[in-house]
Amino acid sequence: MCGDTMYEIIVVGGGHAGCEASLASARKGHKTLLITGNIKNIADMPCNPSIGGSAKGIVVREIDALGGEMGRNADKSLLQIKMLNSAKGPAVQALRAQADKITYPKEMLKTLEATANLDIKEAIVEDLIVDNNIVKGVVLENGEKIESQCVILTTGTYLKADILVGDTRTRQGPHGEKPSNHLSDKLRNYGFNVIRLKTGTPQRIAKDSIDYSKAKKEEGDKKYLTFSYDMKPQYKIEEQVPCYLIYTTDETKKIILDNLNKSSMYGGLNDIKGVGPRYCPSIEDKMVRFKDKEKHQLFLEPESLYYDDIYIQGFSTSMPRDIQEKMVHSLPGLEHAKILKYAYAIEYDAIDAKQLKQSLETKVIENLFTAGQINGTSGYEEAACQGLMAGINASLKLEGKEPLILKRNEAYIGVLIDDLVTKGIIDPYRLLTSRAEYRLLLRNDNADLRLTDYGYKVGLISEDRYKRFNDKKEKIKELEKVLKENKITPTEETNKYLESINTTILKDGITLYDFLKRPEITFEHLEHFIKLDYDDDIKEQIMINNKYEGYIVKANKEAAKMVDLDNKKIPDDIDYDKIHNLASEAKQKLKQIRPTSIGQAIRISGVNPADISLIMVYLKKEYLYESK
Amino acid sequence: MEDTITAISTALGVGAISIIRVSGNEAINIVNKIFKGKDLSKVDSHTINYGHIVDGDKIIDEVLVSIMRAPKTFTREDIVEINVHGGIATTNKVLELLLINGCRLAEPGEFTKRAFLNGRIDLIEAEGVMDLINAKTEKSRDLAINQVSGSVSNLIIDLRQSLVDVLVNIEVNIDYPEYEDIEVMTIEMVKDRISNIREKIKEILNKSENGKIIKEGIKTIIIGRPNVGKSSILNRLLDEEKAIVTDVAGTTRDIVEGQISIDGIILNIIDTAGIRETQDIVESIGVKKSLSLIDEADLILYVLNNNDELSSEDLEILDKIKNKNSIVIINKTDLDSKVNVDKINHQNIVMMSALNNDGIDLLKQKIKKLFNLELIEQNDYTYLSSARSIVLLKKALESLASVEEGINNNMPIDMIEIDLKDVWNLLGDIIGVNYSEELIDQLFSQFCLGK
Repeated sequence: MCGDTMYEIIVVGGGHAGCEASLASARKGHKTLLITGNIKNIADMPCNPSIGGSAKGIVVREIDALGGEMGRNADKSLLQIKMLNSAKGPAVQALRAQADKITYPKEMLKTLEATANLDIKEAIVEDLIVDNNIVKGVVLENGEKIESQCVILTTGTYLKADILVGDTRTRQGPHGEKPSNHLSDKLRNYGFNVIRLKTGTPQRIAKDSIDYSKAKKEEGDKKYLTFSYDMKPQYKIEEQVPCYLIYTTDETKKIILDNLNKSSMYGGLNDIKGVGPRYCPSIEDKMVRFKDKEKHQLFLEPESLYYDDIYIQGFSTSMPRDIQEKMVHSLPGLEHAKILKYAYAIEYDAIDAKQLKQSLETKVIENLFTAGQINGTSGYEEAACQGLMAGINASLKLEGKEPLILKRNEAYIGVLIDDLVTKGIIDPYRLLTSRAEYRLLLRNDNADLRLTDYGYKVGLISEDRYKRFNDKKEKIKELEKVLKENKITPTEETNKYLESINTTILKDGITLYDFLKRPEITFEHLEHFIKLDYDDDIKEQIMINNKYEGYIVKANKEAAKMVDLDNKKIPDDIDYDKIHNLASEAKQKLKQIRPTSIGQAIRISGVNPADISLIMVYLKKEYLYESK
Repeated sequence: MEDTITAISTALGVGAISIIRVSGNEAINIVNKIFKGKDLSKVDSHTINYGHIVDGDKIIDEVLVSIMRAPKTFTREDIVEINVHGGIATTNKVLELLLINGCRLAEPGEFTKRAFLNGRIDLIEAEGVMDLINAKTEKSRDLAINQVSGSVSNLIIDLRQSLVDVLVNIEVNIDYPEYEDIEVMTIEMVKDRISNIREKIKEILNKSENGKIIKEGIKTIIIGRPNVGKSSILNRLLDEEKAIVTDVAGTTRDIVEGQISIDGIILNIIDTAGIRETQDIVESIGVKKSLSLIDEADLILYVLNNNDELSSEDLEILDKIKNKNSIVIINKTDLDSKVNVDKINHQNIVMMSALNNDGIDLLKQKIKKLFNLELIEQNDYTYLSSARSIVLLKKALESLASVEEGINNNMPIDMIEIDLKDVWNLLGDIIGVNYSEELIDQLFSQFCLGK
């Protein structure tokens, strides 16, 4: 396989995307090299100390079901974990954890180092070796060339990274790391549209300098939880570390508004090109955009058991340091707080994800894949899942196999990648439940049922785990059968019991399954009639399918329509210029995005039903022509 | 002669009714090739025909096909409109068959262009429609939409906005559950909001009834005491316009005796048997039966004799019809006036002499005015969108019913939101808003979130 190159796959960047990419590739048996600027920063969490959250927590479960590492690694480094939206329906529940910023990278590095076929090298990549639009390896800062068959770029915020504080702009990455100064220019020369994005991070405060009596304590759940379907809890419920909730004061607002022109974004610097994320505005953005709001919520989050930093979630800013001091001291309990690290904004280069295929291979250079922030996303989880998919698909390409493309009704990962490559981005992309049309199908509880088969098929799920998974599936089927085959009859005794639990008495016999459909009935009630010796996760699946059947059927029906359209493939070599009457906007978009299916074409904004019809007619004619 | 063009003339909406329009001298022949049902080349103009669209032997969809022959059409060419059950695939399939059988896909605005070139509409109206088709920005499109469908569109926009407030609030509760300072949208609050929305949709539906009437015909009764001239008036109307063969059994419960087309708008005259056989509907079947007919009719033509005084029955019926779409016809103006016009408390009175064919045009004008037909006639986009919007609005009501069912079954709010989002999408389809990022944009503009 390897030919005469030493490595089959080179992964550039050791963040969350890079780790998943290199692990997937190496675990699939491909000789892999991970190149990172600083081994100490592998799997670093440069921003918030949390993993998961709404939608994102489900992505972590999906990564795990496909055989990725993030879920397992987070489980090894939990400071606190909770199930979000537990009072709402199963479709929107998601895990959110505080992860230890020391343990998480340490455990990940341990895993990387213990993985066969995987080497790690410290270096900065400044160019690619490209031959005839096919990537052949990378060129390092010192001119050294390393050859490979595929390259996966997971450069995070390190392409021409600039740290912005007040009126200062410094060419460096997070933690003062060295950025790559030339790679994005080279990419532009190869034909990529390079865009500039921006994000930010808040201050870190010394733990002991905060008066917590003025804050509200936020604790983890009292029930054991894990991201991975394959991990036992590694923490103790009572030892979870709390977060704290505080609010900004009138004083905070005044300081910010009085000093607005000192912020990099509001006049401190006049050469800002980066587009910041809408969902992650700086505190000055919030004050300006939501003027009427008296106070803004902030969380004090512990970063690690091994050092003192407390992260102020919600307080990201690009104010100069002296103003930051005043801002922090205006917060309740932080009057005497010691700032350990100042907040900053960071600008970096990314590429236009519309130049990617669904496999995350670029359309510009063959065998080159990109994943994570370079594709315009934001967030550890978004990065990790792309890294995993890029790793899987680069490997599949080497193996001469079809790429693994998850559909929008199969995984949030599918939604994310389809959104990126079909719609492109304006500001850094964050996953939200509202982006998923079929969120009822993409649940936290069923990520394994949705994706383990794929993980096994690509070779990232062990036989052992796959057997356990199939046993679970069997158990679910078995329990459903039991409930559908056993009836309760309207005996006097039964009805007496039903009255005692405030449910309508029976006139005719009813299967346990149908009985369970009553809103007030739970498994506990069923066990009055029959012994059901099944694990909670088995019962949960039956319960959800039973109680929400109507909604699920409807969602599946809608999804089937989409899948149908996604299965209508558009050939790679279609020439849109040959289709007469296509609206010019549609033609331009179609030529740029080159959708692989009718379904994807419909999702492109600016492509109308009439255009779709024209394509379909054209395809049909061409097909008839070819088959003659 | 120009070639025959076709296009999907409704916004793409999965599950909604779609209309495919064909215009040109081959329109009827081409559709006939793929239509199984009556021979469309032989049906009368301005009829709606039930049948199937077929691809060889394969049935593609059950459809209603409107045949409108030149020149009384939007483009002044023969127009065929195929109402398919929707779904992207089906609609496209039908369009594909039309293209394969000799149609050319219309350029954006080409129907309007032809209407303009053929003198059917003036430039200002054409521009309104062209703006819609060529609108480049949301704002300019909205403007164009308003020009086209006016008040209904505004109402829909308002409804969508009140829905989006609910939706965005629920979404933000889901995506940012840790934000304690954001109001939590409760089931109770949803209940409140939707009852308000449901009432408004019902109201719009009632208002849109006119649009439906245009599509299905105006259910009309002609009543009055014996010998006031009901049948002469009917015959005058029938003489004026070519009577359309009655073949609508199954489409309405009523016995339709005759159809009259007034500039393309159909009047279904019901229960004329009473008029013809006994000459005396009020007397023979009694006031009670007349009243029940009045309740069912869309239009009541109440005929009085100019040469006779008002009776107590007349006054009773006049009182019943005064709040309905009705016209009082005072016939026999060729005779002496004995009728006490002052006592007729009614907005629409037409003086007529059926004998001298005097006042028939006035009657038609009144009818057109009563149903706002002048407006609808001027611009068939209005009429199209309202026929379609009625279906979509009814679907929206169904989804609202599902919301209620969910609430009654104690479903969590995120499940209930699924149906609520359906309502919002259906309303969006009506005004052609199909912007998937809309909700997310709203989310970030309304709520203050961030790290």
